[in-house]
Amino acid sequence: MTKGMRKYFKKKIFWFVITFIAAVVLNFILPRLMPGDPVNSIVGKNISPGATQEQVQEQITYYKHQFGLDKNIFGQFWDFVKNAFNGTFGVSYSQYPRLVSDIIGSSIWWTVALQLPAILVGWLLGNLLGALAAYKRSFYDKALMPLTLFFSAIPAFGASVILLVIFAVTLGWAPVNGAFDPGMIPGFNWKFISSVIAHYQLPFWSIVLISIGGQAVGMRSMSIYELNADYVKYARFLGIKDKKIVRYVFRNAMLPQVTGLAMSIGSMVGGALVAETIFSYPGLGMSMYAAINSSDYPVISACTLIITIMVLIASFMLDIIYAFIDPRVKAAQFD
Amino acid sequence: MKNTLKNVFHSPRFLVGFIIFMCILLTVLIYPYFVHRDPLQGLGKGFLAPGTYVSVYDTNNTGTYRVELPEANDNRLEASVPVKDRQTMLDFLKAKGTDITGLDTSNEHFHELIEVWRANYDEADAKKNKYEGFATQAKRNELRRLNNRLSSDVNAAMTVTKGEGDDATTAAVATSDYVKVDEVANALTLPLGTDNFGRDTLTELVKATGISLLVGLLAGSIATFIGLAVGLLAGYVGGVVDDVLMFIANIFTVIPGFVLLILIYSALGAESRSITTCAVIIGITSWVWTARSVRSQVISLRNRDHVNLSKLSGHSLIRIVATDILPYIMSYVVMAFILQVSSGILAEAQLSMLGLGPNPNELPTLGLMMNWAKLFGAYTSSNAWWAYFPVILVIALISFSLNLMNTGLDQVFNPTLRD
Repeated sequence: MTKGMRKYFKKKIFWFVITFIAAVVLNFILPRLMPGDPVNSIVGKNISPGATQEQVQEQITYYKHQFGLDKNIFGQFWDFVKNAFNGTFGVSYSQYPRLVSDIIGSSIWWTVALQLPAILVGWLLGNLLGALAAYKRSFYDKALMPLTLFFSAIPAFGASVILLVIFAVTLGWAPVNGAFDPGMIPGFNWKFISSVIAHYQLPFWSIVLISIGGQAVGMRSMSIYELNADYVKYARFLGIKDKKIVRYVFRNAMLPQVTGLAMSIGSMVGGALVAETIFSYPGLGMSMYAAINSSDYPVISACTLIITIMVLIASFMLDIIYAFIDPRVKAAQFD
Repeated sequence: MKNTLKNVFHSPRFLVGFIIFMCILLTVLIYPYFVHRDPLQGLGKGFLAPGTYVSVYDTNNTGTYRVELPEANDNRLEASVPVKDRQTMLDFLKAKGTDITGLDTSNEHFHELIEVWRANYDEADAKKNKYEGFATQAKRNELRRLNNRLSSDVNAAMTVTKGEGDDATTAAVATSDYVKVDEVANALTLPLGTDNFGRDTLTELVKATGISLLVGLLAGSIATFIGLAVGLLAGYVGGVVDDVLMFIANIFTVIPGFVLLILIYSALGAESRSITTCAVIIGITSWVWTARSVRSQVISLRNRDHVNLSKLSGHSLIRIVATDILPYIMSYVVMAFILQVSSGILAEAQLSMLGLGPNPNELPTLGLMMNWAKLFGAYTSSNAWWAYFPVILVIALISFSLNLMNTGLDQVFNPTLRD
């Protein structure tokens, strides 16, 4: 490891730590600025109608103690950090006494199983289409460009809703919501698995379709940019075969697309929010949606913290990988 | 300046985008002069399909006209048996094993369907054989009622009674009596029906489009302004200022803007989220990319000869920035602004769909309309396409037109992309 390299990594790690701390602090402070006391609403829900003033007060003190809200702000922050590091994230307000980690643990796998394959498939197909569109421009520009521009303007939630209405409601090819038939007990049997697969199709293809659009447009313009670059012209003058040039062009055009892939894997949970709420898919997005609507701040904080940390890790990994695969970064940073 | 504008408007992409955007904007501005309805006023109960609604009560007090429509009888018969019932008829015939090739639920084949039905349906037979899917008593009763409706005379006599007690007068209504829609005291045309609250969807949509555009413009202006200011300062002044500003920008880049929005919005609570607050918050969480690009462009401009000359002439910082630097990055800033507007509108819509939108009792926005459509089952149970599809279309058209304008500008200002 050269001196420049060490300096580069030190700088990156320093930034990683600083932003990580900032993210944790923001996740702690913002929910505590909200108006209204969460404890009052829980006590209001749980207490019997004939309770005396003292009983109510007792309940409030009890819950305040349970949530650690009777400590001062630094004590609360310490609890928050401790809970974040031991992975429990504290106790949920709306589903008391369930642990936040329990809520998240039961939903995050649905999100990962739905999003990861969908993002990968969408990325692959989108880049293939984009590269093809850049290479065979005359056909694409005339026939498909205006259409693609319009369809890529449809927001993700709009596309999901249209797919849902066409394929689930009107044609009845796929179930309308959920991840498996209601009333089924999750287990490793054929009936359950087939139900999961049937429910999987629509959210999966809607995410694939949406990411194909974005990736294809990006890949096309990157490839066109590279195809017009000086090195391509020079290579042509030298008489290098087209096939070989194309390989170089697409390899260069791929670099920003790799960034795109890493970032969309990192922001997977955030990206899942809308699709999951539309298809009522029981992933992390849906948990977060439920938490937002019931003002369950520990769950919201935990979800946003997870999203932030995943994005942070993704961009950190990218910086590291780039340092090895992109000679331009290498030259700029290491010397 | 004049030449640049001419160039810009010669770009077909920009022009098309500009025209679409202006059409949307003009509709938003002019529509209230023609329809004076409050966009949040409930007119009906629940989803009403698009169409013209005529008061049954008032049709009695208008003049009647004699019109002989040759297909009146057929139309009446067709209207009395909706597609759902025709499907039931087909299902029964199929269950009975009748040949139903060439038959469907369309109006063209309706008469053939009725003939086949009359030849094949018999109540006693249906009871005895218990055909598949029609084995229960309830299903058989449904068939019987359907058959009664088909065999009864659709032109049965009808009378209208006016007044009460001794003053009551009765008049016969002939099958050839018609009323003129403009003469009916209360008739209402709803081109896009009503939403779950019974609000006129079109009026609501126009208002919501206006508000969403406003949110986008405000958020975009704030983001562009902060981004420009930070970028100029960091890039031109450099040194410690640059370090501090880029430190803040770095934090904002890595923590996803959407997460910040969700945290701030949920911290605010629904009541204190006004339209303006929402727009301001979207603006102050999305300036980072503009700031970064402006900064890098300013750094490359900072040491150009004309800037150095300006410095030597003793011009103030503000003057140098305004006359020697801004003109060079203006095209980029305009493009960034257009993209910020479009993403501001989308951000509002997405937040509203998560239930974090502006206060729903004040004004409608496109996102709130999508959220209501979802909450009240417009796309599943009610199947009310008019409550969400036009909203999606408007959002798509707005971002489509803004994207077109942006790529058009890009082609004009970056000639390398032009071919």
